Order: sequence, then C-alpha cells, then structure tokens
Amino acid sequence: MRLRVWIDERLPLDDVLETLRHKRVPHHRYSVWYYFGGMTLFLFLIQVGTGALLLLYYRPSAAEAYESVQFIVSRVPFGWLVRSIHAWAANLMVASAFAHLFSVLFLHAYRRPRELTWISGLLLLLLTLAFGFTGYLLPWNTVSFFATRVGTDIAASVPVVGEGLVRFLRGGDDVTGATLTRLFGFHVAVLPGVATSLVALHLLLVQRHGMSIPPSIERRAADAGGIQSIPFLPHFLLRDLFAWTAVLAVLASLATFVPWELGAKADPFQPAPAGIRPEWYFLWAFETLKHVPPTVAGVNGELVAVALMGAVVLGAILLPLLVGASPRARAAVVWAGAGFLLFMSVMTGLALRAVTP
Amino acid sequence: MIPPAEPARRGILNWLLGLWGGGVVASVVYPVTRYLAPPEVPEAPTLSVGAGSAQTLAPNTGRVVPFGARPAIVIRTPAGELRAFAATCTHLDCTVQYRPDLQRIWCACHNGEYDLNGRNVAGPPPRPLDSYDVNVTGDEIVITRRA
Ligand code: FES
Repeated sequence: MRLRVWIDERLPLDDVLETLRHKRVPHHRYSVWYYFGGMTLFLFLIQVGTGALLLLYYRPSAAEAYESVQFIVSRVPFGWLVRSIHAWAANLMVASAFAHLFSVLFLHAYRRPRELTWISGLLLLLLTLAFGFTGYLLPWNTVSFFATRVGTDIAASVPVVGEGLVRFLRGGDDVTGATLTRLFGFHVAVLPGVATSLVALHLLLVQRHGMSIPPSIERRAADAGGIQSIPFLPHFLLRDLFAWTAVLAVLASLATFVPWELGAKADPFQPAPAGIRPEWYFLWAFETLKHVPPTVAGVNGELVAVALMGAVVLGAILLPLLVGASPRARAAVVWAGAGFLLFMSVMTGLALRAVTP
Repeated sequence: MIPPAEPARRGILNWLLGLWGGGVVASVVYPVTRYLAPPEVPEAPTLSVGAGSAQTLAPNTGRVVPFGARPAIVIRTPAGELRAFAATCTHLDCTVQYRPDLQRIWCACHNGEYDLNGRNVAGPPPRPLDSYDVNVTGDEIVITRRA
C-alpha cells in the first residue's frame, strides 16, 4: 500500500483508473468490429517482441543474412517458432489492420470529431505496409530479392525525382547488400520509432473521443430512447483479452503447422524464377502492373498506375475532410470503399490464379 | 503607452529569430539529405566478358552470366546463331530467361516477352533489351558492349 501511495504522489495513476472505471463502450450489433483495432495493436506488440528476439542472431548483410536466418530456424532453440511467428503475425497484422480500416469506413467512424484518428490510422496502415516491404527482403531469398527489385523500380516512374528515389531506396543503382542494410535500418529503427509515436497518438485520440456509434444505430437508438453500453472495465477489456488469446492461438498453430518458408538464397545472376510475387497484400498492385500497357495515352503506363494509386491513398487520408455530414456523401463513401475492396479482391484472385499452376 | 520604437524592434527580433531557426534547420537538413543519397562508386566499365563454352550452349537454349555488376543473357537461336543481351528486363528490372517452349526471352515477373532480337513483343516491357556483340574465340563465347 505504501508503494501505491508513493507512486500516486508522483503519477496520476488514480485519475487514470478512475476514468477507466467510468468508461463505457457502446454495445450494438456492429460492436464486434470494435475489436479489430485492439487486435492490430496486439499483433504490433508481438512484432516488437519477436523482432527484438530475431535481432539477437540476424546479420544484415548480403553475405550473411540468409545464413543467419537459416541458423535461427535450424540451430537456435525455438528459433523456427520465433521467426515463423514474426512472419505470420506480420501477415495477420496487415489483415487485421485492413479489416479495421474497412469497418471504420463502412461504419462511418471517421466523422467529426474523429478526423485525426482516421488520418493517424491511415498513416499507421501505410507504415504497416512499409514494415512488410522492408522486412520482406531481410532473409535475402530469391523471391524477396526480385520482389524488392520490382518494388523499388516502381518508384523510378515518378517524374523528376524518380531516379533519385530509387537510389535512395536501394542505396545504389541495383538491389545489393547496400539495399539490405538500408531496408534493415528502416525496418528496425526508423519505422518502429515513427509507428510507436503514431500508435500513442492514435490511442490517445480513441480514448478521448470514445468509440464511434454508426449513424444507423444512432438513429434507431434515438427512437428507442438511448443506446446500450457495457463498462470498459472489466467487460470490454475481458472480451478484448479473449480476442487476443484467440489470435495468439491462431498464430501459434499457423507458425507450428505451416512454418514460414525460407526459400533459396538470392543470386543476382540467376533469372527471376517463375511464380515470383510479393506478399499477398501487395498482390493486387502487382497484378495491376501486369495489365498496365507500356504507355497510356502517350504517358508511361507505370506512371499512370502510380499516380492513380497515389490519388487513392491521398483521397483516403483526406477522406474525413472531404466527406460532409450529408447521408448522400456517406453512401458514396460506402460505394467507393466497396468498389475498391472488390477491385483488390479481383486482382488478388487473378494474381493467385496466375501463380498457382 | 507603448513607445513607438517597440513594433519595429519586435519585427527585427522576429526576423532574427526566423533567420536563426531557418539556419539551424538548413544546417541539419542539407547534410542529412546529402547523406541519404548513396555516393556514386566509380566502377571500371565492363566492356567484354567471357560467357562460357559455346559448345555446351545447345540451340534453343540460353544462359545468364555476370556482365560486370549486371546480368547478361546469351542465347543460341533454334537456327544455331549466338546472340547476347542485357538480362535486365526493361519493365521493372527483373532478370529475364530463355523459354525454349516459346522460343523467346521471357521475364517471369510480369510475363514480359522479347523475341530473338531482344525486341519487346508482349507484356509490359516498354523497350527492347540492350544487345551485345558476340564472338567465339576457341570455344569461349565472348560478349562485348557496343561502343
Ligand atoms: S520486370 Fe520484366 S515484365 Fe515486369
């Protein structure tokens, strides 16, 4: 008890607990979607933990990277598990972040006053993808080597600064050990630093504004005279923890029964093997590139594709500022979101059909 | 009562502060941006390399060999002629390979195809592959960049 008093005199712990004790979370038929944000956070924490463990043995150079990962999975006790969990959790994290994004979009949780929550969330999604891209190369295997060559070369289609951008990403003109070292630095230092501060901001905003109630539920609640809610402590937290445990179980079974493959070591003087592809969450973009003709109306095809994707991302970031309060605008958001989701699914399906014989 | 000299003095102070801040930012940003761009490493230009035995390269096959820091591809056409190209796909930088079944040079990354003259004939590649000269000395294939 003395310790408690000592801490309390120095930290406003009691205030925080008091607030949490009064915090309530709306409960309605869409509340299940509230859990995806927490799940993404949980997976992020797993990535920090397993990533730190991998760092103990991993060596970021073209000569040693592949061998060091091989050492981790074959010699280090439970190394296979740690690596497999890191790879699987990365994938689940992207999936759960996308689920979170689309649920927030379809339930219109980006509305005033949660514009900044949405923007910080979207930036976090982009960071998650950047984590995926930079981490993909680190085992230095054939598939990731060529995927990184393609991925970084896309930047070359940006006018004026394109060439410089590619050199910046690759640490030279080609994908080499210099690229590996660079992407490693982004993956373990730059991105985690930025992501951690953004997560803190995102959580602070979520805490400040509370959970958003979808407009349809709000309308119905107005007729029924109020909305149902459950206390955050312990009801919501326990449900959250239950979801996290479920995720952990899924993760452990995936990592154990479907261990992440290492593939063959990258050789810059081997042709790109058939079936080359990026991670599944970039497949839709990859497939789109296959269908873009070399020139569209006299302009470089990649440039058109890159500009379009850039416009979509920018539009998504600014969405809450672009969409007013009118139901018409909200309906348009749902259609646009559904359309994009459909496009991504179709493209991913096509890509999967192309790589599986 | 504010002495009339005050706003002017404040203006100058703000201006000085701005100059100071701007100077600090510039003196950090400039070296950092320069640091981010990797320096050009001067590399003796490769003009010609040996690409292995001519005998073992059967008609309608190809072989990827290092040409300096980059890959090159030597092919023997179904008619028996030797040809060599830069093996870097002009689309997005993958390394191409010879596909006997298509009798074409093929890029696995996005299904790009080049004909036996290195011309982009199908898929997304926007330009033909750079071609090299091929000579055979003894049994050794020698490929040379055109001057
Ligand atoms: S990189 Fe060769 S077709 Fe795209």
